[in-house]
Amino acid sequence: MKVLAKSPWAVHFNCNSCNGCDIEFLACLTPLYDLERFGVLHIGNPKHADILVVTGSVNHRNARVLENVYIQVPDPKVVVAIGVCTSTGGIFADCYNILGGIDKVIPVDVFVPGCPPRPEAIIDGMVQSLAKLEAKRAGKKVEPARKPTFTFRPPAEAEAPVTPSPAGSAGRGGKE
Amino acid sequence: MWSDWETFSAFCSGICPALFPAIMVLAAPLVGALLMGIDRKITARIQGRIGPPILQPVYDVLKLFAKEPLFLNRLYIFYAWLYLAFMILVVVLLAMGQDILMVLFVHAFATIALILGAMSVRSPYSRIGASRKIMQMVAYEPILILFVVGIYLSTPHPHSFLASAVMKLNQPLLFTLPLLLPAYFAAVVIKMEKSPFDVSSGHHAHQELVRGVTIEYSGPFLALIEIAHFYEVFILFFIMAMFWSTNLWIGAGIALAGFFAQILVDNASPRLTTFWMIRFMWAGPMLLALCNIVWLYGMGRG
Repeated sequence: MKVLAKSPWAVHFNCNSCNGCDIEFLACLTPLYDLERFGVLHIGNPKHADILVVTGSVNHRNARVLENVYIQVPDPKVVVAIGVCTSTGGIFADCYNILGGIDKVIPVDVFVPGCPPRPEAIIDGMVQSLAKLEAKRAGKKVEPARKPTFTFRPPAEAEAPVTPSPAGSAGRGGKE
Repeated sequence: MWSDWETFSAFCSGICPALFPAIMVLAAPLVGALLMGIDRKITARIQGRIGPPILQPVYDVLKLFAKEPLFLNRLYIFYAWLYLAFMILVVVLLAMGQDILMVLFVHAFATIALILGAMSVRSPYSRIGASRKIMQMVAYEPILILFVVGIYLSTPHPHSFLASAVMKLNQPLLFTLPLLLPAYFAAVVIKMEKSPFDVSSGHHAHQELVRGVTIEYSGPFLALIEIAHFYEVFILFFIMAMFWSTNLWIGAGIALAGFFAQILVDNASPRLTTFWMIRFMWAGPMLLALCNIVWLYGMGRG
């Protein structure tokens, strides 16, 4: 039986988010969306968690905190990155302290695009992460997720080859 | 069908003396898990949500066993096992019709094992949770002791503390302990970690002290704590059913009514402070319990 997928407990870590994604994540737990009907509990403790839900653009200051929280989640675990900030730094990408995506710090299994993503998209991301959680439990190798490109480039443009940009500024919001 | 425990346990003992306790030990966590699942479903419905499946607590425990065992020190795990072992012992003692006073003490030891476990790690949340758990014990233990005294006085001369003597009573305990039922109910609300008394490890609010006493337990060790809690839920409502020991179905009805009432109390009240809890418990339910005992002495039961 897929026991992990039946009772995924999520711990939510906000690394420098504007709170837009956090509110949308909490909206998933409200009566309208009710994530708990899938057994998802919003738990405050990484040691009890299976899914690490991250919001916000990670910076030099909180990168080690994010890493510490990630280490405290017992295996098997998955990371769901919510919002464009977690994939590229989003609107904060050009700030001097922004690392440009949480995948620079911890491996990410699902990116949920949007600024902020809708609760439906977050629920979809959580459900996708459950498949990866079960795969990790079965001992299969799980590839880290690819960054969503269409949140900061129109889909038609995303198909076209990207002109090489100076190192460090590739894929940042607002440049396209 | 057997209408009282006496006949059922006698029937089981006829086959094998250990059969009835064995059935109880196996059935107790299942009943406890089912009650917890119904609790979550009803709470969700009260809040206008669909809610998780009834078997969700079982899935949670199975999930926790599939997780990586992380622990800080061996003593910490030992206390988790001790908590579970004492809870199982309580069920065995009840099933064998043993001393209720002993049941009370073993049950207190189980809670103390949880407190010692929480105190054996350096997490401040765990420590605060443990000290609040002690305050909870200060609030409800006097009521449980008065309850046991009430049971003692309710049994015919010579008085007895034995659970089997309660099962042999001619009239239900409720007739001699009418005020102790609400007092015991208040103690159950604390034991179930329900609002307004969920100060040490919130049952629904997982952010309160980041679940206090259980904060450092993870994976299979948290599963042990959860299973012990299933046993505890069963024990609490089994004892509530003993208020009408002459008929199993009426007793079960009282226990179910108490179960639904505590869900309502949980959803209708906010979380209050630890000292408010002690003031309330000692002023309200404990006074009720004391009045009941005084009344029993007045009836010439002493």
